[in-house]
Amino acid sequence: MAFWRRPGFQRRWDTFKRGWYKFSKNPVSVVGLFFVVAVSFLAVFAPFVAPYPEHAGRFVNFSEASQPPSLQHPFGTDVFGRDILSRVFFGFRYSLMMGVVVLVLVVPPGVVLGLVAGYWRGTWIDMVIMRVTDVFLAVPPLILALAVCSVLTPSVFNAMMAVSLMWWPWYARLVYGLASSLRNEFFVQAAEVAGASRPHILFREILPNCVSSIFTKMSLDMGWVILIGSALSFVGLGAQPPTPDLGTMVADGAKYLPDQWWIAIFPALAIMITVLGFNLIGDGFRDLFALEEV
Amino acid sequence: MGILKLVGKRLVLSVFVLFGLSILIFLISRVLPGDPVRMALGPRAPEWAVQNMREQMHLDKPLYAQYYYWLSGALRGDLGQSLFTRRAVVDDIKEFLPATMELVLFAGVIMAVFGILLGAVAGRYSNTWVDNSVRIFSYVGVVTPSFVFAILFLLLFGYVLRWFPTAGRLSPGITRPQVITGMVTLDALVTGNFAALGDALWHMVLPAVSLALGGMAQEARITRSTISDNLRKDYIAAAKGFGIPERFVTLKYLLKPSLIPTVSILGLDFASLLGNAFLVELIFNWPGFSRYGINAMLRKDLNAVSAVVMVLGVVFVIVNILVDLVVAGLDPRIRLGAERGK
Repeated sequence: MAFWRRPGFQRRWDTFKRGWYKFSKNPVSVVGLFFVVAVSFLAVFAPFVAPYPEHAGRFVNFSEASQPPSLQHPFGTDVFGRDILSRVFFGFRYSLMMGVVVLVLVVPPGVVLGLVAGYWRGTWIDMVIMRVTDVFLAVPPLILALAVCSVLTPSVFNAMMAVSLMWWPWYARLVYGLASSLRNEFFVQAAEVAGASRPHILFREILPNCVSSIFTKMSLDMGWVILIGSALSFVGLGAQPPTPDLGTMVADGAKYLPDQWWIAIFPALAIMITVLGFNLIGDGFRDLFALEEV
Repeated sequence: MGILKLVGKRLVLSVFVLFGLSILIFLISRVLPGDPVRMALGPRAPEWAVQNMREQMHLDKPLYAQYYYWLSGALRGDLGQSLFTRRAVVDDIKEFLPATMELVLFAGVIMAVFGILLGAVAGRYSNTWVDNSVRIFSYVGVVTPSFVFAILFLLLFGYVLRWFPTAGRLSPGITRPQVITGMVTLDALVTGNFAALGDALWHMVLPAVSLALGGMAQEARITRSTISDNLRKDYIAAAKGFGIPERFVTLKYLLKPSLIPTVSILGLDFASLLGNAFLVELIFNWPGFSRYGINAMLRKDLNAVSAVVMVLGVVFVIVNILVDLVVAGLDPRIRLGAERGK
């Protein structure tokens, strides 16, 4: 039987359709989705949609330097004569990559630690995991990430590692809260009595009930991670020029304020649009799943 | 007694957290590629000088011994010497921390007062144009990095409109009041130097507002949702039914319990103020602790970096205990729960 005819798949597909219907009734989340899709499209196809793809990296054309926005260069050009619109499109790539890589690295360990600590709540396992989590949460994540970046050579990759190192505790804490209340539910007790294995209880009984919260937090966090990433590049501890990173571009442009305002303002707006998109979607999820704790 | 017990418990936990943080930051600052001594002295320093300094900083000893020296120094209030300014890090911090605390406290007050005010108004008049404008403001506030606000304000109010100064804490013509706390506004107030007080406040408006907006938006959002939820609760209808005046119902029965979630996240928002101060101080050339921290990080000044992170950890822990106290004051369940030894 083809997989889409199986009853299990049918049921999930129906749930998805219902969810999508509810999600699409909320204009705010649809706007968010539009932003995210648009930004992702521009990022993926940057070499094809950018008017001057060669301006993304090391490129100099002083005869066209520091031009205000015009039809030829809608966002103007920077001091090296590079088209800012093209660089913003490539900048989306680095922002999205930052968010995706960090979340991929951070969510699995954070979730597993939270599940384990929550299930064994009150034991030494809980104690150890959650106190370590507290330590990481005791300082603003931006500052710890800055501190880690400062001892490494500044680069996009190291910035991602630094933010990842600081981000898992948020997931551990979220899942801990959920798991420690779910473990007292009857379905978990039933599974225990039936002799289900620990991994089964953790991953097949408790985890599916946390997924909506994790998912919502991930979409909100895409925005936060992008903000932190851009802040790291802004101070010069993240992506290095000539990488077309949005934070780096804002930092470069800030030197030429207020006269050549377009160099900093358009990349800044690009950061805001990206973060806004993920935030709106996250809010849509939160309403959809009726969550409070994320 | 309940409150005391609560505070005691939090204090014990905080000591553990700070101890863990000290290990974490020590590991970050020591287990790194590159030689801090070489970097501090420069590539042309003779080998014996490098050796001397390494011994002086105990960098030739094993890691656990280094940690022991560092921690026992830190507990005595000696956080080592800055590799660049060649001064005791503690002295540097004493000089720069008040400027940042002044800025962050000012921003925190703006954040809390206006955030709660906006949220309360939006929640009270939910689904009207007031509510919608606050909602749009919240989105803009939440998604804009504070350094972008800082740049925009600098551009608009500093350079174009020239309403506010663009850098520093005081105008060149104003003499700094005698240093008592290090916070210029407070010192000016104590010494009665009102010209300096006004000038200092004037300098603080742009950086503080750019810092505060993000958290303010979040506070407004949370206050709004709790207020509009609580507005529909039966006890409010009951209070109104008893004929209790509208204003009294709003302030005592509606606002007070609705503030609990808002205050709980104030601690987190305060942390992000401290974090974002790192960027905003850079932009407004604010001679504070965060700018010192950023420069230390950019120069790989290890002792200074670890000291900066530890001091922030201490500040953050204190703020969180204060927040817990305020929440306990607002929420009788926590007070009573603490009494029952829960």
